[in-house]
Amino acid sequence: MNGLAAPSRMSKTSRFPAHPVAGLAGTSFKHEHLPAILGDDPKGGFFEVHAENYMGAGGPPHDALTKIRRDYPVSLHGVCMSIGGPRLLDKAHLGRFKALVDRYEPALVSEHLAWSTHDTTYYNDLLPLPYTHATVSRVADHIDEVQGTIGRPILLENPSTYVLFPASTMSETDFIRELVRRTGCGLLLDVNNVFVSATNHGFSALSYLADFPLQNVGEIHLAGHAAQEDDEGDLLLIDSHDGPVADAVWKLFDVVIGRCGPLPTLIEWDSAIPDWPVLKAETAAAQAILDRHADSLFGKAHAAG
Amino acid sequence: MPQDELQSRDLGRRFDYAAAFTAGLLDPDRAPPDAVSGPNGKAAIKRYAVYRNNVTVSLIDALAASFPATLRITGPDFFRAMARFHVRETPPSSPLLFEYGRDFPDFIERYEYAQSMPWLADVARMERAWLDAYHAADAEPLASGALASIPPERLADTVFVPHPATRAMRSRYPVVTIFAANRSDGPVGRIEAGDPEDALVTRPGLEVFVRHLPPGGAVFLDRLMAGEPLGAAAAAAFAERAEFDLAANIAGLLQAGAFTAAHQEDEHDEP
Repeated sequence: MNGLAAPSRMSKTSRFPAHPVAGLAGTSFKHEHLPAILGDDPKGGFFEVHAENYMGAGGPPHDALTKIRRDYPVSLHGVCMSIGGPRLLDKAHLGRFKALVDRYEPALVSEHLAWSTHDTTYYNDLLPLPYTHATVSRVADHIDEVQGTIGRPILLENPSTYVLFPASTMSETDFIRELVRRTGCGLLLDVNNVFVSATNHGFSALSYLADFPLQNVGEIHLAGHAAQEDDEGDLLLIDSHDGPVADAVWKLFDVVIGRCGPLPTLIEWDSAIPDWPVLKAETAAAQAILDRHADSLFGKAHAAG
Repeated sequence: MPQDELQSRDLGRRFDYAAAFTAGLLDPDRAPPDAVSGPNGKAAIKRYAVYRNNVTVSLIDALAASFPATLRITGPDFFRAMARFHVRETPPSSPLLFEYGRDFPDFIERYEYAQSMPWLADVARMERAWLDAYHAADAEPLASGALASIPPERLADTVFVPHPATRAMRSRYPVVTIFAANRSDGPVGRIEAGDPEDALVTRPGLEVFVRHLPPGGAVFLDRLMAGEPLGAAAAAAFAERAEFDLAANIAGLLQAGAFTAAHQEDEHDEP
């Protein structure tokens, strides 16, 4: 496990407890669960929030996140920085992102290898990019700019994709490895995204993982997906985040944790959101796998923690 | 030449994948961009449609989340069809989705199939004001008794600082009644075509409140929020509605937490 998962600085003026995240399973924080979460005893795990939902000036969102952050490690997950886009980053948005990092001192900070804004329109989806020497330079510049602004490394998330760019000259894993080399960023490995993309593009998820720079991974995402068909009638998986984690994704997760040790792992469930006990049970299932590997690899986990 | 123009010219010589990819995202009649394909030469029509669907549906969902009373009044099928038109005509320009939908009430006012519900746009305006109050900056409201310390002869010169969450809204329809009925969990009874209602939106703490403003109250609050002193704002309210009750209006606004501070007009220039 690398050191990127830990808070980079604990200033003396810290507003919140440190709350280490190493080896924990967590889940997306949804406001409707707040009363149930505040009533939980003992408190365990961590919560991830989409940064953009907390970019308003005040009100209940900040009140809720402050309460959560007091009791738990928080992961700040940016959804729309457009790091993978061809245009310059939005300075105002970057400023808002930095303000959240400063205010909430998150244990983890992440963004996507994707883009969502073009010219003046925000498309609210994680859109794909070609993997070329030109785009790797541009994306590396964007990551440098984000990391320089917030003063700490980010974890970059691998995408789930439905199309390919014939113009691509690099594999996704080579592209990601090159970004890590150039920027020093860490990685957020979304195992469901690997499974979805592997199915959609007909490659082996295990081969992708074998080629992925696992030593740079600081967080894992797990989520549910939905099934459709492509133009040829073959299975096309959609990264829908609207149900439980698939068995095949749990198996891949087990393989990854077996190689990496117990990394902070998030259950993402963003629509058709279940009651808190259901989400908590899904998180407990991830925690059980993390704990099993922590026990069998005790020396390694202990050294990393 | 500005830096960004240089960079986009540079990219134009390479390959502007974002321009190519977005061209058909909001237009279901366009073919997928030539720049994308499936693996091993597979087609990309349904594959590209996944992105197009994600964009449109997630933005309709965002409007549905921001305008729940409007949705409840129209029903989901009507609402989603109306929202789809709006999303394609006016997609968001900010990545902050709680900012999206500022133009939606005006769109509803023009929307052909909503003409039988002339009050619907005002309900949407009410919901937009509610959401703005929800996300507004936090501030301690001015205490109800704050005016007691001001000498009576200075009251007319008193200027109020509006709370960041405070909004006034005027309507030709009973918008507060319709809004309140459709934002609660209970059944909505028949709402008779009633008197026009002006609304006050405040958020003194964590909860947003919507109140019915008494006659003249909207113009009074508008003037105060624009920085006019109490005397001038009251005169404007009296001019519009002879029955304007100054004491009741001031008490109501203070009790609702509409302001954060009050000071004399001649103190205005102090740093």
